[in-house]
Amino acid sequence: MSEAIPQSPSRVRATAKWPGLTVLAVVLLVLPFLAGNDYHYDLMIKIALTAGVAVGLNLLVGYAGQISLGHAAFYAAGAYGSALLVQQFELTPVPAMVLAAAGVAVLAWLVGKPILHLKGHYLSMATLGLGVIAAIVINNEDQLTGGPDGLPVAPLSLFGHELSVFGSYDLFGVAITGTQVWYGIAAGFLFLSVLFALNLIDSPLGRALRALHGSEIAAQVAGVDTGKFKLRVFVISAVYASLAGSLYGYYGGFITPNIASFTHSIELITIVVLGGMASTYGVILGTVILLLIPQFLTGFQELEMVLFGAILMVVMIFMPRGLVPTIARRFQKEAS
Amino acid sequence: MTALLSVDKLGKEFGGVHAVEDLSFQVEKGRIHSIIGPNGAGKTTLFNLITGLYQPSSGSVHLNGRSLAGHQPHELAPLGMCRTFQNLQICMNMTALENVMLGRHRHLKQGTFTSLFKLPALRRADQQCREECAELMDFVGCGQYIKHHASAMPYGALKRLEIARALAASPDILLLDEPAAGLNRTETDALRDVIRRIADKGITVVLVEHDMKLVMSISDQVLVLCYGRKLAEGTPEEIRANPDVIDAYLGNRHSREEATA
Repeated sequence: MSEAIPQSPSRVRATAKWPGLTVLAVVLLVLPFLAGNDYHYDLMIKIALTAGVAVGLNLLVGYAGQISLGHAAFYAAGAYGSALLVQQFELTPVPAMVLAAAGVAVLAWLVGKPILHLKGHYLSMATLGLGVIAAIVINNEDQLTGGPDGLPVAPLSLFGHELSVFGSYDLFGVAITGTQVWYGIAAGFLFLSVLFALNLIDSPLGRALRALHGSEIAAQVAGVDTGKFKLRVFVISAVYASLAGSLYGYYGGFITPNIASFTHSIELITIVVLGGMASTYGVILGTVILLLIPQFLTGFQELEMVLFGAILMVVMIFMPRGLVPTIARRFQKEAS
Repeated sequence: MTALLSVDKLGKEFGGVHAVEDLSFQVEKGRIHSIIGPNGAGKTTLFNLITGLYQPSSGSVHLNGRSLAGHQPHELAPLGMCRTFQNLQICMNMTALENVMLGRHRHLKQGTFTSLFKLPALRRADQQCREECAELMDFVGCGQYIKHHASAMPYGALKRLEIARALAASPDILLLDEPAAGLNRTETDALRDVIRRIADKGITVVLVEHDMKLVMSISDQVLVLCYGRKLAEGTPEEIRANPDVIDAYLGNRHSREEATA
């Protein structure tokens, strides 16, 4: 076997992920030029942070096929955790955020460990319960969390600069507002979320996850300890939610128990289902759509839950793969 | 004699029904060992017992001298055992090549951080895996589907894809559950070549199959099951000549002709 094999260009290459990432980067860079006022920025920041959570949740739901109905709990744990670590223990915001994410990882591991080796929808039930408990704890522990009145959060500080939305800053001689800085942070967070998710999906770990969704028996026979892998992706997706929650708290400067609500968990699941399960870019589009709809329906806010339910039903009936995969498939058919 | 797989007094009951009963046999290294028997004889149950999908009611299975009792299905690939399924277990949400690459799972690093950052070492290993798996697809004869999605492949090719995936784990012993079911004559002949070449690589093959022509032409040893018990065991010639087998299994004229064809 010592003869030299002629080096020919391989007929099998990994699918390149840079075209998609470039498009995403360009869109994220162009958007500020289209934003007219701070309200637009506010909306874009919230969309970017929520999309980051959805990209993480999609790893669990879309790729590994496990449903979590309590991701708002991890989001809230990240937001409250980092806020309280800064307030109570005088940590600086970035280490507080990392520490909160580590705590959430442990929490997710503890919740997932006994459940994820079982078959069926036990994870949905457990996360549903976790979400409800988180909301109750935040509401009732009012001497610590401020209860229903909410909790003020110290602003993020980076390199000795406090980054408040109301501040004005100087970036290489260009005067920018605090909101613009925050847009940069949120956009950067989303970009990294997508990059890491794409890396993960296209790794042996990601293949094992997708395989256990496709055929759990096949995955097992190939040597995948399916329970362990489900647990890992559950923890990863919880950390995504926690980091986004921390950023949301620092950005808004004020958090309420609403972010831990069941409605919020359902909103996140609806985004993943709408945008397209197992489609990273799809869930970004799902987030944009779902967060923009209420802007056109102000005055019907109490109908939000009805709307989510209706969207879930319509998507499940007419395009169970979700928006982006369905459209992509149609284009492929027309092309061939 | 080197018995790679040894099954000892194995039994499995499903609520009073003895699907497999007091079954003992040994599979020697590098051989093609076929298991035949009428429908419901317990062939697939036997496979599921060996591969840990079922836990036996009694008896034991040893691979390379190690007991497989209490092993989870995912622990068998690292011990060198892989299998295919009578009803395909293909991940239809992945490409054909990714399905084969799944087979190499146990040979690849899966660290969370290496995966998130896609470090160069992981990237190189994955590219190498991709090329090896493409070669395996050529080896089993479905190389033309390398760029296809699994859901776009015909049935016959999916059966081969499953064999490629099992081979990707570089097993010592490969269990094939009715690989020829649903294949036409030409496809079955091609499959025979594939199984031969697998055995030539030194991989022990255990084959459950209904296609007598295939079994008789390829096997070193044949085990005949009937109602979960061993009816006969021997070389294809011995099995053909065994009166019990002829009575119980090859009883009608048509089958006998096929077997001697």
